[in-house]
Amino acid sequence: MNPSFPSEPGTPVVSTRRRRPSLIWLVPTVAAVIGLSMLMHAWLSSGPVITIDFMTAAGLEAGKTPVKYKDVTVGMVSAIDLSPDGSRVVATVQLDQSAASLDRVDSRFWVVRPRIGLGGVSGIDTLLSGAYIAVDKGNANASGKRFLGLETPPTVTHGSQGRSFVLRARDLGSIDIGSPVYFRRIQVGQVASYRLAEDGRQVDLQVFINAPYDRFVTSATRFWNASGVDVSLGADGLKLNTQSLATVMAGGIAFATLVHGGAEVRAVSGAVYDLAKDEKEAMASTDGPAQFFQLVFAHSLRGLVVGAPVEFFGQSIGEVASVRLDYAPGKQKFVTAVGINVYPSRLGSVLEKLPKSAGDTERRTAQFLAGMVAHGLRAQARSGNLLTGQLYISLDFLPRSPPANFDVDARPLVLPTVNGDLDQIQEQIASIVGKLDKLPLESIGQHVDASLKDLDEVLRQLHGQVLPEATQSLKQVRSALGAAQGLVDPQAPLQQNIGQTLEQVQRAARSIREFLDMLKRHPESLLRGLPKSSAPSVAAPTDDTHPSQISRTVP
Amino acid sequence: MLPPQASHMGLTRCHICGMTCVNDRPGIGDLRCGRCRAPLHGVRADRIGASWALLLAALICYIPANVMPVMYTQLLGNGSESTILQGVAEFWRSGSYGIALVIFIASVVVPCTKFVTLGLLLVSAQRKTPWKRRERAVLYRLVEVVGYWSMLDVLVVAVVAALVKFRALGDVEPRVGILFFGAVVILTMLSAMQFDPRLNWSGEDS
Ligand SMILES: [Zn+2]
Repeated sequence: MNPSFPSEPGTPVVSTRRRRPSLIWLVPTVAAVIGLSMLMHAWLSSGPVITIDFMTAAGLEAGKTPVKYKDVTVGMVSAIDLSPDGSRVVATVQLDQSAASLDRVDSRFWVVRPRIGLGGVSGIDTLLSGAYIAVDKGNANASGKRFLGLETPPTVTHGSQGRSFVLRARDLGSIDIGSPVYFRRIQVGQVASYRLAEDGRQVDLQVFINAPYDRFVTSATRFWNASGVDVSLGADGLKLNTQSLATVMAGGIAFATLVHGGAEVRAVSGAVYDLAKDEKEAMASTDGPAQFFQLVFAHSLRGLVVGAPVEFFGQSIGEVASVRLDYAPGKQKFVTAVGINVYPSRLGSVLEKLPKSAGDTERRTAQFLAGMVAHGLRAQARSGNLLTGQLYISLDFLPRSPPANFDVDARPLVLPTVNGDLDQIQEQIASIVGKLDKLPLESIGQHVDASLKDLDEVLRQLHGQVLPEATQSLKQVRSALGAAQGLVDPQAPLQQNIGQTLEQVQRAARSIREFLDMLKRHPESLLRGLPKSSAPSVAAPTDDTHPSQISRTVP
Repeated sequence: MLPPQASHMGLTRCHICGMTCVNDRPGIGDLRCGRCRAPLHGVRADRIGASWALLLAALICYIPANVMPVMYTQLLGNGSESTILQGVAEFWRSGSYGIALVIFIASVVVPCTKFVTLGLLLVSAQRKTPWKRRERAVLYRLVEVVGYWSMLDVLVVAVVAALVKFRALGDVEPRVGILFFGAVVILTMLSAMQFDPRLNWSGEDS
């Protein structure tokens, strides 16, 4: 103990101050309030929980994959599970309260991933940021909890202005979702979706035409496939159709309105149109209902394809609908059954001039055709293109064809057929070949061979024996001829002598004739001698012969 | 028999000037040092309430600290928020067991131990039980020493958030959870400070 300090402890003073309640309890209170408010906020700001089914969870991650609407994060994938049957992936999404209205029944969800297509590249930003789920808010009032995620982004979102139409196509061709729709070569829309029709006979395409342009779709509008490069090699030859480069790449559809379309009515949304193969077909007048006929050919129809034209008098009035093999049990042979669609309306004004009769359409057609068949109407598969062997069906009058049965009650109607022109040629050639085949060519050949051997022998004899002799003979002939030539030469002495001799003989003959004449007239001269009056006629010379010569030659 | 404590003799030492004062009139009001007028207080049994309050506040804050994200990491455009436990789980899954363990100890084990320890100390001090006084003293010192190490999490987030700023490539931002976590650490430290360890030794000896 320090001695400088008193040993007694000091006396404290009392400060009388009002005792306050301890403020320290404010701290946990504030903490509780803040914590509670934050939890409340988190609870209040969380919107509905929805589940979305996807085919695959590629790129999705629970707690990390955001849900974006107009590029604003409006939710988060909270869990990813397999569906009970394991076929799909169920993503549970916690939406924000601000996005609570996104869970409409017709809202669509899809995963945005990097996509590279013919139409372009999309979602490239997700290469780095990872995939996210995008939303297209629906218009329905009812809200849903369970959604089926789209595998591909929808091309048309609910907010877009415009109208959609349904196109019925024979096949999809090179059209895909997002393929452009052109109007006067301006892109005015795109293909939103496609699906096979219920019966599988056609493809229903849904196209969306953007707002200012949709009013150009009217009742007189025709759509056609403007896709890519259309190369077709058919009975009517090689065809090559191209549109713009974009459609070559991505396919496309174009539409136009018929000029003479009559009263145009603006089409309602969802109107159904046929998608024509090309512009020509689209702008042609509509064919109307088709009449189906059955043709049975007894021979092969290699080169006849479905879609090949059916011509009547050289006019295309239909197309081949089916080609299939059939068996005729009665004849025990295979036949080709061809179904054709004939569009009577393609006959145009001809139809109006044809005679009308009572009954339903089929009945009338059958009656009418019965008459035609009686007059020789036959179906024939003709070669449209010798190069490719493509066939087409020709309906023509062949009066010389054998009579055929036509059953007016048969359904479908069966038109009688005759063999095609090429087949006729083939048959003729076949018969010729058959006849050739029947010729005893072998024995003929043998005979000819033997004869040739004989001939050879003869020739050899000729060559060895006859020819030298002939040569000799010819030589002799030549020498003989030379001698003869010497004889007959005008300059030869023999010739001259002969000439002179003949002249003298001539003269002698004349003298004798005169002498005989004189004797006829004066037979008495034999006895009395030559009278005086007749002497000059005898002596008168008529040519340049000398009297001396006469005197010499007359013995 | 231990020597008497100052309070037994009615004496209180001034904390400021060290003067020993007689404290023979408890309950009248605040006593002040006769020399320097600093408030005189003996064993602060009255601050048990404050300690309780701060501990309770820390407990309350611990809930959002764990529920709410503490960090937002964005790497190559792929951003995500993670809570403490998510971060631990992620580190563990990726094989960084050491880091996961450190974070787990710093953010879960230590705070929870502190809650339990402080609660134990407070309860036993209020009951003035002579039960294991020496061990409780050790516990208290441990709580004091270990206290600020719980700031590890907060530091990690603060440092990473300050360092990782690569715009589109990568970005780390703190989230509100870390605030609560910091509050937990500070509140537990304050609670421990409010606790007068001499309370350990008040009451009857065993
Ligand atoms: Zn003092």
